[in-house]
Amino acid sequence: MARAVPADPHDGEALAKRIENRWALTMVGLVALLVAMVIFTGLHWATMPPSRVETINPSTLHVAGEFVESNLGSAVEADGSITVRIVGQQYSFTPQCIVVPSRTPVTFRVTSADVIHGMLITGTNINSMVSPGYISTFKTRFERPGDHLMPCHEFCGTGHEGMWANVKVVEPDAFARLVGPTRRASCDL
Amino acid sequence: MIYNKRLILAHFWLAFALFGVAILLGEWQMFIRSPLHGWLRNADLYYRSVTAHGTVMGYVFPTLVAMGFGYFISEAALGQPLVGRRWAWAGYYMIIVGSVAAVVPVAMGLDSVLYTFYPPMIGNAFYYIGVVLVVVGSWVWVALMGINLYVWKRAHPGAPVPLAMFANVAGAYLWGWTAVGAALELLFQILPVALGFATTINAGLSRVLFSWTLHAIVYFWLMPAYIAFYTIVPRAIGGRLYSDSMARISFALFLVFAMPIGIHHLFADPEVGAGFKVVHSIFTAMVAVPTLLTVFTICASVEIAARLRGGKGLFGWVKALPWANPQMLALALSFVMLGFGGAGGLINMSYQLDSTIHNTQWVTGHFHLIFGGAIVIMYFALAYDLWPHLTGRALLNLRLVHWQLWLWFIGMIVLTFPWHYAGLLGMPRRMAFYDYTAPGMFAEGVSVVMSTIGGAMLVVSAALFLTVLIRNHSAARVDPEPFTFSRAVHEPVSLPWALNGLGLWLGLMIALTITNYGYPIVQLIMTPEGRVPPVFVGGKP
Repeated sequence: MARAVPADPHDGEALAKRIENRWALTMVGLVALLVAMVIFTGLHWATMPPSRVETINPSTLHVAGEFVESNLGSAVEADGSITVRIVGQQYSFTPQCIVVPSRTPVTFRVTSADVIHGMLITGTNINSMVSPGYISTFKTRFERPGDHLMPCHEFCGTGHEGMWANVKVVEPDAFARLVGPTRRASCDL
Repeated sequence: MIYNKRLILAHFWLAFALFGVAILLGEWQMFIRSPLHGWLRNADLYYRSVTAHGTVMGYVFPTLVAMGFGYFISEAALGQPLVGRRWAWAGYYMIIVGSVAAVVPVAMGLDSVLYTFYPPMIGNAFYYIGVVLVVVGSWVWVALMGINLYVWKRAHPGAPVPLAMFANVAGAYLWGWTAVGAALELLFQILPVALGFATTINAGLSRVLFSWTLHAIVYFWLMPAYIAFYTIVPRAIGGRLYSDSMARISFALFLVFAMPIGIHHLFADPEVGAGFKVVHSIFTAMVAVPTLLTVFTICASVEIAARLRGGKGLFGWVKALPWANPQMLALALSFVMLGFGGAGGLINMSYQLDSTIHNTQWVTGHFHLIFGGAIVIMYFALAYDLWPHLTGRALLNLRLVHWQLWLWFIGMIVLTFPWHYAGLLGMPRRMAFYDYTAPGMFAEGVSVVMSTIGGAMLVVSAALFLTVLIRNHSAARVDPEPFTFSRAVHEPVSLPWALNGLGLWLGLMIALTITNYGYPIVQLIMTPEGRVPPVFVGGKP
């Protein structure tokens, strides 16, 4: 690095320190830039992972409340947005097939009836843990119709390998035809 | 002068023997879940294997390497026989007993919970007790490292602590404190349920406590490799360490910033609020700083060696490096893997990008590249450097050493690059079987086959490594020159107290852990709804 060869060894040490400090400051600046990008995108695009710390009793999911079986799947809200409610348990998701319209705001609400599960939807950035005792909530929007896989991505026991669901994204008018008077929809595989 | 060669060799050999077994399990897993093998009728065999592979490679192997190397450094750098030799042996036997207690129920299928435990799944208590024993055995080492430094400092008031020992003790304290998280989880959450004293478990709290250990443990794995970067490689290639004080600052920064960042493993978890996730994301970015400082200091040190050997020009000096020297080769290969792995790590720590790859095969690829690649290749290198001093015999087969290091590097790239790619396609982790005929999964099948081939190369490389070490024990006796560590260009005459001891950094480490973890932990303790029923695996004990 240093081209000049100073006569006094103390000069050499000072020079070495200067080069080193310049590098250290550059690196701190680089890291600060990365952090600034993370904060900016977090605020500007409101890209936030599920963080509401909302609790629910996993032992009574099936008896009463939001996650009873008849309330699972896609529901049309008054404002036209969709809320998808899913329960994960060893070793399946309920419902096994989820249908949502494209170009529509979708809110996922997911919880577990037993152990830690996870879910991701292939080809998207949807990715969340599914923990017993807590509800994971996140908002998204599918731009194009298509079929996606939805595996459980956290080890949940011996049958973990079989825990896959399907997500079908359909055109909004096709979705409207699926939705009956209950304003609920799910699909067949 | 090394006084307790048997103690050090016992640690290294146990570490490398277990490594040799666990790598076979890893390759078996790669094969089982690839398209080369059909559905495994008893999927639990796969999860037993994952549990054993993770427990050995994550806890036992690196801990034993750090301990053996730590005892070596203490004697070689301080020039005094190890204080507390009997305690050291007691810690060693505790690790053996703990490993057996853990592995037997895992092999019997009573504890297929993976090395990350995953409550509310609860397995047989002996597994957790075994892990606790391994940790307690390693805490004996932590205490001994602190005591040995203290004894030396009292005998040498005001003298600069040798860099190797400074870093070694930093690593020991890092481990001592980071293991507290998992210890709290095991003692207050999992074991009461596993032993039948409690009927519910706070799964969210358990995950937060585990995250306290889960990230900083990586820096504990990394310490021996970084100590080798700074204190062995420059000496071995005939150079000087560029800067002694920057080395100390790097190790001190690891101590401070390794701990309060673990919640970046929980970005996708519902039990932690957005605020602390962002804070941990920012702190994770900061822990990149000591690595970036290290890259500079080591590259500059290597350049010094090259110029002393007559290297010229802006980049021409690279040709003058002693490429035939295994330390030089291992360092270069390690840095390449560190570069790729570090770039992947910056993606993981980003609050937003994480959601693309969280819990996919990308993450497994990432930590195999960083730990198995960049770090373990330096474990090999330091074993090659230390062995003649421990056995008093020549280390022959330099050609074999070269093959071994290159094969490890190429195997690790072939293993992990397709692994990252499969993750980007959305392939989830920890499954014994994938239906590659499902739409969109063909590409994942191709990349898993490539990884399987990379894994096979790693198995061959591991066999070569063990062969070189075993052959050394029957090689011709030599009288190696006294072991030395690298000397800095400007050796410290006296050091400011902050860089001659760890007090300040320990204080910061504990304070930052409390600031960054205190509130989430208290909040979860105060959340009784978070307590859920356990789900027993392998039959209730």
